[in-house]
Amino acid sequence: MRDIHVNDIISAVERLFIDANINLSQNMYRAIGDAVEREKSPAGKEVLRELLKNADTAREEKMPICQDTGLAVSFLEIGQDVHIVGGDLTEAISEGVRRAYRNGYLRKSCCHPFSRKNTGDNTPPIIHVKIVPGDRMKITVLPKGGGSENYGEVRMLMPAQGKEGVKGFVLDMVRKGGPNPCPPIIVGVGIGSNFETSALLSKEALMVPVGTRHADDELAAMEMELLDEINKTGIGPQGYGGTVTALDVHIKMAPCHLASLPVAVNIQCHAHRMREAVL
Amino acid sequence: MTSDGNRLSGEGRDMGIRRIQTPLADDVIQSLKAGEKVLLSGFIYTARDAAHKRFAEALDAGEELPFDIRGQVIYYCGPAPAPPGKVIGSCGPTTSSRMDVYAPRLIGLGLKGMIGKGKRSDAVKKALQEHRAVYFGATGGAGALIARTVVASRVIAYEDLGPEAVVRLEVRDMPLFVINDTFAGDLYQEGMERYKG
Repeated sequence: MRDIHVNDIISAVERLFIDANINLSQNMYRAIGDAVEREKSPAGKEVLRELLKNADTAREEKMPICQDTGLAVSFLEIGQDVHIVGGDLTEAISEGVRRAYRNGYLRKSCCHPFSRKNTGDNTPPIIHVKIVPGDRMKITVLPKGGGSENYGEVRMLMPAQGKEGVKGFVLDMVRKGGPNPCPPIIVGVGIGSNFETSALLSKEALMVPVGTRHADDELAAMEMELLDEINKTGIGPQGYGGTVTALDVHIKMAPCHLASLPVAVNIQCHAHRMREAVL
Repeated sequence: MTSDGNRLSGEGRDMGIRRIQTPLADDVIQSLKAGEKVLLSGFIYTARDAAHKRFAEALDAGEELPFDIRGQVIYYCGPAPAPPGKVIGSCGPTTSSRMDVYAPRLIGLGLKGMIGKGKRSDAVKKALQEHRAVYFGATGGAGALIARTVVASRVIAYEDLGPEAVVRLEVRDMPLFVINDTFAGDLYQEGMERYKG
């Protein structure tokens, strides 16, 4: 057993949400920079250059990349030999979020579904937990904006629709979103498992670094085919027309029921804010 | 600012980019074409979901809107809080389609411009043509860059809505693209057709 004090969790969560929102990751900066070279449309190129300039400005001014600093999504991988001491784990994550959104001047975007009244401190956070071997705890934060999240969907396909059905669904979702989810986008596709886990797989797919292919050859090929077809839609950066609509497509797949073919699509904007720390 | 981040000086066209000023005059509006880049200066008003709902409730109750919208431009934006010493926090556009249900009524009352991101409904596009108004796109996710074009900011209504309050912004050379003009021009449609593989 290894003790981890909640105070260390609180300060890690605070630091990660602030850092993710203000500093565009090097990987995304590089991906957008490469896209400037590939993009054929002048307006598209201009938008991409603006995004790089924006990232520089955000870093200099210590201001969020985007005003929509998202719902506070976090993924915890907790080693089975970890003992959390000093308080409640969920409350520690919440407190970290509260501090990050207050001290980092991040926008609080969490509200009551009907009255739309803001909760005021961007809590409650969304927490996904996995128990893993070991005595460490990995915290990954993924503050995600509403613009891109609104273009996600879970669909229960017929097994006979197969791979082509999945591809058709993904392309439908990208076309439906068009300029709205802030292209160039990253597309996460969750295939299989069941209703709720397909959605989680699609979000986990977004956490795979841009430019990384699936270890399975069939799925790697499918990712490449989808990326190519998405970039042929012509939507382009910000939807102004162009050849870079998506920066990448990632698939996560798991076995499903004999009767089902669940598929989820989760779209991510070009800011793709994510940070992790291991305690 | 240009895409290189250089501040432009003087009025009119500079480096091929046209500069326009609020309140928008009819002849300026009618000369704007979808796909054109402009730099906007003057006062604009932030309003998003909750503020639009209140506008509609005020109009239904026969009350005045919190500002005279004739000739004005609404920016679909909920800024991040201003860090100490700054005029405003990050302030990029939000998705405009959620305001589509409210926009035609406001355009009918004299609203001349909207700034946001993403597609508009047919009803909004029709209202733009009928009442001579324009829909501009700001770059989604470029909130820090846009914040640099804001020289003054003041909450003028619905302060209780927090990030959704109505804020009067004074902007200088805010970079925008004309998305929908008064002649049914549509940058999203035309751009996509041009680059379809």
